[in-house]
Amino acid sequence: MVQAVQRYVGGRVLRKEDSRLLTGRGRYVDDLALAGMVWMAVVRSPYAHARIKAVDVAPARDMPGVVAALSGDDLASEWAGPLPCVWPVTEDIKMPQHWPVAKDKVRYMGDAVAVVVATSRALACDAAEAVQVEYEPLPAVTDVEAAMAEDAPLVHEDLGTNKSFTWSHGGVGDVEGTFAKAPVVVKERYWHPRLIPNAMEPRGVLVQPGLSQGDFTMWSATQIPHVAKVTLAMVTGISEAKLRVVAPEVGGGFGSKLDIYAEEALCLALARRLQRPVKWIEERSENYLATIHGRGVLQDMELAATEDGKLLAIRAKLIADMGAYFQLITPGIPMLGAWLYGGCYKADAYWFEYTGVFTNQTPTDAYRGAGRPEATYAIERAMDALARRVGKDPAEVRRMNFIPPFSEPTALVTGLQADSGDYEATLDRALELAGYDELRKEQKARLDRKDAKLLGIGISTYIENCGWAPSSLLGAIRYAGGGWDSASVRVLPTGKVEVFTGTSPHGQGHETTWSQIVADGLGIPFDDIEVFHGDTAVSPLGFDTYGSRSLAVGGVALKMATDKVVDKARKLAAHELEVAEVDLDYESGRFSVKGAPKQARSIPELAFTAWQAHNLPPGLDPNLEASATFDPPNFTFPSGAHICAVEVDTETGKVDFLKYVAVDDCGTVINPMIVDGQVQGGIAQGIAEAMYEEAIYDENGILLTSSMMNYLVPSAVEIPVATLDRTVTPSSTNSMGVKGIGEAGTIAAPPAVLNAVADALSPLGVTDLQMPVSPQRVWHAIKNATGRNGGPA
Amino acid sequence: MGTRRVSLRVNGVPQEAEVEPRTLLVYFLREGLGLTGTKVGCDTSSCGSCTVLMDGESVKSCTLLAVQADGREVTTIEGVAEGGELHPLQRAFQENHGLQCGFCTPGMVMAALGYLQKNPTPSEESVRLALEGNLCRCTGYTNIVRSILAAAPAMNGHAAAEAGVPGG
Ligand code: FES
Ligand code: FES
Repeated sequence: MVQAVQRYVGGRVLRKEDSRLLTGRGRYVDDLALAGMVWMAVVRSPYAHARIKAVDVAPARDMPGVVAALSGDDLASEWAGPLPCVWPVTEDIKMPQHWPVAKDKVRYMGDAVAVVVATSRALACDAAEAVQVEYEPLPAVTDVEAAMAEDAPLVHEDLGTNKSFTWSHGGVGDVEGTFAKAPVVVKERYWHPRLIPNAMEPRGVLVQPGLSQGDFTMWSATQIPHVAKVTLAMVTGISEAKLRVVAPEVGGGFGSKLDIYAEEALCLALARRLQRPVKWIEERSENYLATIHGRGVLQDMELAATEDGKLLAIRAKLIADMGAYFQLITPGIPMLGAWLYGGCYKADAYWFEYTGVFTNQTPTDAYRGAGRPEATYAIERAMDALARRVGKDPAEVRRMNFIPPFSEPTALVTGLQADSGDYEATLDRALELAGYDELRKEQKARLDRKDAKLLGIGISTYIENCGWAPSSLLGAIRYAGGGWDSASVRVLPTGKVEVFTGTSPHGQGHETTWSQIVADGLGIPFDDIEVFHGDTAVSPLGFDTYGSRSLAVGGVALKMATDKVVDKARKLAAHELEVAEVDLDYESGRFSVKGAPKQARSIPELAFTAWQAHNLPPGLDPNLEASATFDPPNFTFPSGAHICAVEVDTETGKVDFLKYVAVDDCGTVINPMIVDGQVQGGIAQGIAEAMYEEAIYDENGILLTSSMMNYLVPSAVEIPVATLDRTVTPSSTNSMGVKGIGEAGTIAAPPAVLNAVADALSPLGVTDLQMPVSPQRVWHAIKNATGRNGGPA
Repeated sequence: MGTRRVSLRVNGVPQEAEVEPRTLLVYFLREGLGLTGTKVGCDTSSCGSCTVLMDGESVKSCTLLAVQADGREVTTIEGVAEGGELHPLQRAFQENHGLQCGFCTPGMVMAALGYLQKNPTPSEESVRLALEGNLCRCTGYTNIVRSILAAAPAMNGHAAAEAGVPGG
């Protein structure tokens, strides 16, 4: 492949991953098969809440091709521990035990009650249907407020309550006093619906037992092979040293594969029991029940301000739907947004707290943005409400409240130190690109002529914190894992390079960006670099890929390892050229003697002599190879301004996009093509959230949006083209100046869309508008506000 | 359980096999022939990950039985590149960053190929409509649409050069 750019970092370098993916040679879990492999299928509860009276697996066991059929009780001896939740957010949190297969009670529709194993996918499916389960249905609870009522059915009787915990940020300043005295108080209530992540590749697992060694290799469609190795060793009792986890090609995650699932533990346990390779592939409708959901948060948001719109205090109180059990980090998700309800604005006082509540629904957990979309939605919608209240333009209210530009750590109202930011610059650029003044004129003209199609303009000036670290801080907030990551760089004797990373990409293109970093650092051709990831047998210990952390943590570790290789090579070059290290210049992989540039050594030459080790300086080990670990001193804080213009048909409630402009700031950019791709994709997911998607359960806990037929994942027809631009404010958190960008679009977009629709409808008196803004919902909002069946104001 | 004999051409290669009548074409391709490039993303014919060409028409191979492909010419993603060279459409996907995780990509490429072969000078809107049955969760579609629009002129040249190649 011909690469047009000379210096890779910052260039629009085409992806290494693409040629295999475009020709059908990518190998995802379902593309793998092993000799003697058998298939697992899971028998799932059709009820949201029921006592299990009896499980009869005998009819399945007797079917052709069936090699095992087992109930929760049959499997109980397999577990050394329950499925992990690694974020018990408070000391007094009520933690239910979560076993891979339910034993006494099912607690959500889709809860596993038995498994069958057969010699083919189809036979396993047939056998699962033959398992007889006798249930005693119980009343279900699906609403977070109802779940906290005295007489609510209990999801976990042994806990005595559905309320698991309340976590408080602790507050900054005099919150009560400021609200009591403030001339303007805005109170808003927002419901953030449950969302179904819908990575296009469903989950899947394949486990191969190594017959002689007692070891196990697990291929899983996961974002977190490293975390899976540690935690699944604890669940199954398999020695961690005998467990290898591989994330092969993974078809998207968005947080839904940032988890440890029952099926992974089950395939391991069954492979151990049967001593055969065991495979399970999730069906899409199964995915809707058995893979985590996102969001599901009720938010009470209050702002205190002056008459002219200067922000004084923020108070946010949330009730978060945990679902029926805790998955890996379920209780901590709203905490990911705990320091963001003040946005990028100055204020004096801050309060945030949230309560986690169990319901008879699929467990919730991280979904793209995780906590930060909720926070950004709340503050950005409330800022618009404040602007309306004080009679100012929403751009103006934001501008007067922005934290001024800064390049060194600066405190947000929430107490966090942000790394760098220039919020006004991004807003100015976005306003210009959107043609804001023209849009406002057009909006007024439509109102004046009583046009049935009103125009609305929505602004969202977001900030988020990603690249969670340092590890000591994660410890302080009771998160069990660390925030560091690592990388190794090995220059081979022939000058080719092997790169090993602790990150685990599933669409982000790390093979490309990591190669760019190393190619520039070592002056080695891009195509001579191979990046190895997602296999615990070859990559260094790491913390995988989620939360927009890979570049800001793992990429920086890689840069550090690359620099170490250069330092080592310099020592060897100085020795071979018989000069002092300070007498060497280094450029593009070549050391040359100052003043005598013909006397030089290249990195590949040095890699060869370092491997021969015939003539090394004292104290220098053979080989050009180095590892580094980076535990960042702080988060990174990407920010940006998104502006959305919509046309709302007041007669039908239909919302059409006229314009979507996004100006993002993720600090230094390694590959602008990949950054733009992340932003476009993130915005699409945010728009989907704002306009189309919502998991709906009935009062019995039956998931009504149970497949892609009735849960609307938008297609190319629904998603508009966003105009993208960026500002560059390098992060002060890391030496590369980079910030995460994987989630920004999804964090920024929903309030931009909702603010636009609300802006269009506010002349009609519409004040309450919730996601998703479907035509029906818009039409009803208009009807409720005007008493009329739509039509112009 | 009775089986039935099917004979068809897949990527230009004649294939004969005994299949269970209930076997879906997508599983015949993936598990019977080992052509795992074609993906399965749903169980409701909604996602288009399984799209292949049958006699030049793009079809969702999860909605067809293998026996329905008897006597037909099927092209999968594995049959698009020729002689180790990416097809202009595949190249356009790479150049326009029309893929991220790559899972929807085989289906997208096949849907686009079927469409472009009939509509050599498409508009953006018509491309979007043509892709309505193919879901992507990563890209937001912008770059997929760009890829297809960029491929159209290149493919016209390509198709002319190879007119008459079956299933091309
Ligand atoms: S697999 Fe989804 S449409 Fe065929
Ligand atoms: S590239 Fe991941 S689903 Fe389309």
